[in-house]
Parts: sequence; C-alpha cells; structure tokens
Amino acid sequence: MTTTPIRLQPPPVEPAPVVSVSAASHNAKMLEPAELSVELSGVNAFYGSRRVVRDISLPVRSNAITAIIGPSGCGKSTLLRCINRMHELTPGAHVEGRIEYHGIDLYAPDIDPVAVRRTIGMVFQQPNPFPTMSIHDNVAAPARFNGLIAGKAAEHDLVERCLRQAALWDEVKDKLKAGGTSLSGGQQQRLCIARALALEPDVLLMDEPCSALDPIATLQVENLMVELKRDYTIIIVTHNMQQASRVSDQTAFLTMGDDRAGYLVEMADTVEIFTNPRQQLTEDYVSGRFG
Amino acid sequence: MTTTSRPQGIHALRRPRGLGQDGVFRLTLRVVAVLIVIPVLWMMVDTFAETVPVWERFGIPGFVTGLRWAPSFTIYGALPFIYGTLLTSAIAMVIAVPVAVLIALLITEILPPRARTWVAVAVDLLAAIPSVVYGLWGLLVLVPVLRPFEQAVAGTAGKVVPFLAGPTPGPSYFAAGVVVSIMIIPIIAALSREVFAATPRLQREAVRALGGTRWDVIRTVVIPLGRSGVLAAIILGLARAIGETIAVTMVIGNAPKIGASIFSPGFTLASVIANEFNEANQELHPEALIALGLVLLVISVLVNGLAILIRQRFARGVGRVV
Ligand SMILES: Nc1ncnc2c1ncn2[C@@H]1O[C@H](COP(=O)(O)OP(=O)(O)OP(=O)(O)O)[C@@H](O)[C@H]1O
Ligand SMILES: [Mg+2]
Repeated sequence: MTTTPIRLQPPPVEPAPVVSVSAASHNAKMLEPAELSVELSGVNAFYGSRRVVRDISLPVRSNAITAIIGPSGCGKSTLLRCINRMHELTPGAHVEGRIEYHGIDLYAPDIDPVAVRRTIGMVFQQPNPFPTMSIHDNVAAPARFNGLIAGKAAEHDLVERCLRQAALWDEVKDKLKAGGTSLSGGQQQRLCIARALALEPDVLLMDEPCSALDPIATLQVENLMVELKRDYTIIIVTHNMQQASRVSDQTAFLTMGDDRAGYLVEMADTVEIFTNPRQQLTEDYVSGRFG
Repeated sequence: MTTTSRPQGIHALRRPRGLGQDGVFRLTLRVVAVLIVIPVLWMMVDTFAETVPVWERFGIPGFVTGLRWAPSFTIYGALPFIYGTLLTSAIAMVIAVPVAVLIALLITEILPPRARTWVAVAVDLLAAIPSVVYGLWGLLVLVPVLRPFEQAVAGTAGKVVPFLAGPTPGPSYFAAGVVVSIMIIPIIAALSREVFAATPRLQREAVRALGGTRWDVIRTVVIPLGRSGVLAAIILGLARAIGETIAVTMVIGNAPKIGASIFSPGFTLASVIANEFNEANQELHPEALIALGLVLLVISVLVNGLAILIRQRFARGVGRVV
C-alpha cells in the first residue's frame, strides 16, 4: 500500500548555476517576474446556481502579502475559500476555472483536497479555537489530525515554536493547560494563527483576521504577518485600507457587477493601487468615495 | 440646549412602583403553577396513603429488600422487581446508546444528504410504533431469533460465569432488555441527531481547514460539544426504559424471583403492577403493588436527579461554548 503524500510538494527550486554565465543572461534572470505561488485563472464560484465570483484571475507572488479588498458581499471570502478547497464543503457550492499552486492544478481529479488544505492554511474572521481543548492542544490539533508528529517532546517543541511565531508565547506559557476559549478575543485569534502555523503550511489565507481585534492586537498581528512572509505566502482579506496599504505588497480590488457577482477590477503593487490606480472604481473605493 | 430637554431622563430608568406588567405576569404564572401542582400532589398522597399497611407490616427495608413475592401467603418483597427493572434497563442502555449515537452520527455527519433524510424518517417511524406492537414482535419474532445466540453464550461464557448461564427458555431479562433497547433507540437517536446538527459551522470548518477529515470533525468538535446534549438524550431513554411496561410484560417471562442469569425469566416493577393489579384479591396484594409503584417513582426521581447533576457538571466543563 502506498501512503498518500501528506502535502503538495512544490517543485524544487532550480539550484543556482555553479559556473557563472554571461552577465547578460544573469541580468535577464534578475529581471524575471517574481515567482508565483498561487495563480488563479478565470475562477468562478457558485452557491447552487448563483454565481458569486466571476472570472477572476489573480497571480499571487511567493513570499509576499497579497491583500484582497472590496465591498461587503463581493465574494472575497468565497474566493479565498476556493483556494484551499473549503468552498466545495458548502452543500451545493462549486468552483469553475483553474487554480494552480506552483503549476499544480489544485482541482485536478488526482489532487487530494485534504492535502491542499494542509499546504494552504487558513485563519478565519472569527477566532475559532476548539472550546473543549487546552491552549496547548489547540496548537497541537492539526499535527494530530495529520499524523505530522510523533512523541510528546516533539509536540511540545512544535507548540512552543508556533506560539512564539504567533507572538503569543509569553502571554500563555504559564497556562498552556487552560481552555482555548479562556483567552481574550485578540489572544484567541493569535492562538488560531499559531494553530494554522502548526500545520507548517506554505500559503496562509487570512480572512479579515483583525476584524475582532483592538488596535494594539491588530498591530501585533500585522507585524506578525510581515515577519511571516519570509517563510510563507500570505493572502489577506481586509476591509481596513490602512492595513492593506501598511502590510501588503500587492493588492487586488474586487467589486460587484450588475449580476451581483464579484469580479476583479484591478490588481497591482499596493503602492500603485493606493497612489496611482488605473481604474476610477478603484480610486473611488480606496479614497472612501464608494458605498 | 443641555440635557434638560429630556425631563424624564432619570425617572425612565427607575423601576416602576408596584408590580408593573412584568410583576403581574410573574405572579399569575406562580399562581397557575401552584394550582396545577396541588391536585397532582394530592392525588399522589392519596394513592400512596393506601400503602401504609404494607409499611406497617414489613417495614420499609423489609419490603424493599424482601426476596419473596407470594400473595397467597401474604408475603411481599420488592427486590426481584427492583432487580428486574435495573437489569433490563441496563441491558437496554448498553445496546441502545452506542447504536443510537452511531445512527445520529450517520445521519448528521457521514451519509450522503439524500440517504440522511431516509434514515432519519425511518428512525422517527420506529418511535411511533405502539408499545404493545413491540411486545408482540418481541415475543413472536425476536425471542426465537435470539435463542441460538443465547444458547451459544450460555454454552461458552455461561459455563464460567453464572450470570450468563443457561437454560435459555426464551422470555428473559435479556429478551426484555433487547426489546426495550429497540424502543429507546429512536428516542436517543433523534435527540442526539439534533445535538450533533447544532455543532457550530465555524468549529467544523476549523477542523477541515486544518486538514482534518470528517472523522476528525466528529471526534474533535461534534462529540465533545455534544456531550451534555447526548447525556440528556440518554437520560430520557433511560427514563423510558425504567417505566416501560407492556412490551416488557410480554417478553420477560413474569417470574417474581431473582433469576441468576440474564437468560432467566424475571419481572420488573412496572410490568408486575400492570400484570397483577386486576386480579389482586389477596390480603394486602393491591397495597403491595401500589407500594411497588412508589418504589418505581423513587427510582425514576433518583435517576433523573443524578442525571441532572451529571449534566450540570458537563455543562460547566464545556464552559464558554460559542
Ligand atoms: N453559504 C452560503 N450560501 C449561499 N450564499 C452564500 C453563502 N456564503 C456567502 N454567500 C453569498 O455569496 C456572496 C459573497 O459572499 P462572501 O462571504 O464571499 O462575501 P465577502 O466579500 O467576504 O463579504 P464580507 O466583506 O461581508 O465578508 C454574498 O452575496 C453572500 O450572500
Ligand atoms: Mg467575508
């Protein structure tokens, strides 16, 4: 019996050539666009027969933060949930179009959706720690689901590492046995981030992760994201323009068409979107002149 | 232009003098509650007053622990029936709880949506079948079907453990327990199903988004969050099992003594009352049967009280569930 792969493996990065080639070709390499992690092309998402996302194509850069902004109900959460194949868990929901992860079609028939979710982690808008589990067990849960880890010591190490990464360790290190829901809302959200990190994913989807947080906790999470992008590719949905402009490298602006399905108005480097948008709709939205 | 433009400000926040609407409503409720409770209590006191001669003759411990039930000799002991009630209920629970919880999980978590509805309807229909039909079915169908199984157990484990020994005449504690289990499965399954279905979507999605399978959803959120609800369902089933009368009378064998094996015929509190009351013309016989009713009531109250305690413990353990 062959074991199914635990996660999707991105193809190995080509090693740098040992013998340096000509300066010209070296420069050409430097000018190449940054590597893409996730690439959406012509994605449509449906609840039953109702289309809520129309024909969206998004190139998501590796080791960068991509922000998705747009008015409420335009399908941002739905689009995010298409990327880690959560969308199809809603009865009657389906996805059309192509979503690639390092060139692998995530919706190919031989792809295991569970493996996709292990590779592409997700943090929800509402903090949702497991109420019957301790702080420690919350962070250890994904490793237990996926059989990623054997042994108590390794588990403790993982829990500590992820809680540190999520900037929560100092606050909870003395009460790891306390219930996950005994924490404040901001702490719970960081606990959920730690829990997502414990999957050791490659991409992290964050759906308005700061909407339940105070400004200080928000700042902590933002700093955390900037910290994390060294190792992870992050896609964040946010209603907070300052947040998008502060943390993200590229921004996608979605809005609703006449058919009430969300579509992509424009996507560019964050600086461009906020200072020099090409579309009037974008300019109206980011400057607050839009519903 | 200050806040004085709202002269009622502070007064509007004060409690109204006198009863107020809310107060009248509450008072009415209380009066109605008392009016309902008083006749019920009076009926109970009146009924159980009849049992006084029994207690005078045998004493409470003597009656409750008495092993013999011989109306023609005016000897009345309740223990065989207490034993029968507890044993059949225990057998019923051991069978029904896992099966019912499994059915509930199948319906809410495992089966494809269309099959869910069918199974749910089928289980609900089981709950609508009258007791006496279960009794007939138990006697005519189940008892013969169980026979080979009983013989196999009695012939193997029964050789070592007297509790499982033969003979296996058919009607028995075991047969009654199995019939009752089938009667309470729909009750426990229907309530557990609702409890499981109420698992917050956000919790289910948390598991799935972390690479958890449906099985992980069941063991990390559905069951832990549903514990106290399922416990409530189990208690309701247990209450039904303890009180079940007609179907039990038809398959338990109606033997007023403690059988050593679960395959022996026996009797329960509820079934002996139903079975003997009409022809109870010996001295103290009707009174003793009413006394058994009182014992049954006490057992039910104890079970329910215990259950409420357990449930409160569980509810506190889960704490701040969203
Ligand atoms: N489970 C569902 N079933 C049916 N329709 C849904 C479901 N979830 C969302 N929708 C619909 O899909 C559309 C897009 O919803 P979505 O949650 O993706 O929007 P959003 O951009 O994330 O909004 P917000 O900013 O308010 O979170 C909405 O019109 C919503 O009504
Ligand atoms: Mg949303």
